[in-house]
Amino acid sequence: KGIITCISCFQIHFLFSGSTPPINTFPHGPTISGALVLAAGTWSGQVLVFDIPAKGPNIVLSEELAGHQTPVTDIATESAQGQDCVVDMVTADDSGLLCVWRSGPEFTLLTCIPGFGVPCPSVQLWQGIIAAGYGNGQIRLYEATTGTLHVQINAHARAICALDLAPEMGKLLSAAEDTFVHIWKLSRSPESGYIEVEHCHGECVFDTQVCGARFCDPSGNSFAVTGYDLAEILRFSSV
Amino acid sequence: MSMRTLPLLFLNLGGEMLYILDQRLRAQNIPVDKARKVLNDIISTMFSRKFMEELFKPQELYSKKALRTVYDRLAHASIMRLNQASMDKLYDLMTMAFKYQVLLCPRPKDVLLVTFNHLDAIKGFIQDSPTILHQVDETFRQLTETYGGLSAGEFQLIRQTLLIFFQDLHIRVSIFLKERVQSSNGRFVLPVSGPVPWGTEVPGVIRMFNKKGEEIRKIEFKHGGNYVAALREGSFELHGDRVLKLGTNMYSVNRPVETHMSGASKNLASRTQESIAPNPLAKEELNFLARLMGGMEIKKPSGPEPGFRLNLFTTDEEEEQAALTRPEELSYEVINIQATQDQRRNEELARIMGEFEITEQPRSSASKGDDLLAMMDGL
Repeated sequence: KGIITCISCFQIHFLFSGSTPPINTFPHGPTISGALVLAAGTWSGQVLVFDIPAKGPNIVLSEELAGHQTPVTDIATESAQGQDCVVDMVTADDSGLLCVWRSGPEFTLLTCIPGFGVPCPSVQLWQGIIAAGYGNGQIRLYEATTGTLHVQINAHARAICALDLAPEMGKLLSAAEDTFVHIWKLSRSPESGYIEVEHCHGECVFDTQVCGARFCDPSGNSFAVTGYDLAEILRFSSV
Repeated sequence: MSMRTLPLLFLNLGGEMLYILDQRLRAQNIPVDKARKVLNDIISTMFSRKFMEELFKPQELYSKKALRTVYDRLAHASIMRLNQASMDKLYDLMTMAFKYQVLLCPRPKDVLLVTFNHLDAIKGFIQDSPTILHQVDETFRQLTETYGGLSAGEFQLIRQTLLIFFQDLHIRVSIFLKERVQSSNGRFVLPVSGPVPWGTEVPGVIRMFNKKGEEIRKIEFKHGGNYVAALREGSFELHGDRVLKLGTNMYSVNRPVETHMSGASKNLASRTQESIAPNPLAKEELNFLARLMGGMEIKKPSGPEPGFRLNLFTTDEEEEQAALTRPEELSYEVINIQATQDQRRNEELARIMGEFEITEQPRSSASKGDDLLAMMDGL
């Protein structure tokens, strides 16, 4: 199973490990520091995990994770280092099922969050909070370790196509086929520790079925949007 | 991409074609019995069992060019003739109409309701022909069998496959412009008001729960749209209220149907690129066309029934003008594949093969031709 085939067929999500940390980091067991772990979701529902060494071209398939029965749509990761929670990875699929994993010498399935009849095209993970966007326009926030639903947002009137995180500020971006992009602020209540959310901003991209959206900076002060039939990438910044 | 998209694409485009032809037949005052014969012939060809069998096989979507060839043949399944310019315009109108319907479907699954709307209307055209009615009902049953059990995720994939097929088509259609459904730059208007899709809640509410799942707080936020709850779900039964208006006949009131081709130079440029790019599926497309059209049972016009020409434009002069001003590269080349023991057949097919030549290591063109000839012999 060559890596070249993988890149053309699967959705790929990079997990970096070692001394130089980009956005998503987590140490992966007894591997050599500087090595990469790559998790790829497949059509069949399997999640393939590859070890990419720091030096040399030998990429090795290290695990095949079973948990999904329908195509995997998205993967989210976060370094669990220095936190109470031990969740590293969340995978989502076409049936709306979410699988929550912990890394280690091998990946362990911690819990599953069932779907409810619509796909989950996008998922994000931040400080033990899972944010999932669904085909019916809802965003749901779950406690990662237990899989308990804490927040349900009726956010959009059409299927959500993308969620993105600005981890410095805990900002969440949601974009959907209803032409809207919404920005939310995630937090935890200091008393109960429960997940809370606040709506910050809504933007209507006129007559454009949004297909993708991303923050342009880690504090979430600007974001970019792509849409169906749109040749341009639109960028919005807060003034 | 989904391998189950072709039946939906074909039936809906076919439905739009019939709406437009029906309107033009009335506008041009073609005698009722002739008009009825044309529609009956086309519908009966479209829904023939052999043709439907080929259509419903899981397969990729082919290029717009390949599909256009099928409709060209279909439109000529009777005593009616269309000039190149009129056929081009017909195809443009058909594609923009269905693109609009797919884009505006509230749920991905609603594309099935759009298809049923087309079929319901088609049954209205052939009320007096029980045989053809039966064929259409049979297709209905096949649609339910193929799509009835699909998940929301699979429908979303079908929707995306269809949208990719229609990407970058921005032909301005007079009826859409008038109803403010399309803006002057060719993009469709996406409303942010009205009922939400069935199964979606009205945006604007945030609910928070405790560990036990009890709701502890509910707050509202301003989401920017003006949505209301969905009234009811459309029916997927053989007969029933579809609720959705997309896919119903928008030409039923006598209105002139026009497309604006001028001032769309940007559109022309992008479409030229599309039609001259090498098509890697060329060979598969040719085989698909041969199979599909082999399944079409075209009745030869019997008796002294004279043919007539239908014009998609308001005057003959307009039609001529349209033919002249349309750039050469954009003209859809009509490939005449005749499933008969024609003297010219071998030469014709060899010429078609030559046109579809892909730049790769040279293969003996004889072998490609043989495959197709063998298939044609079997029909």
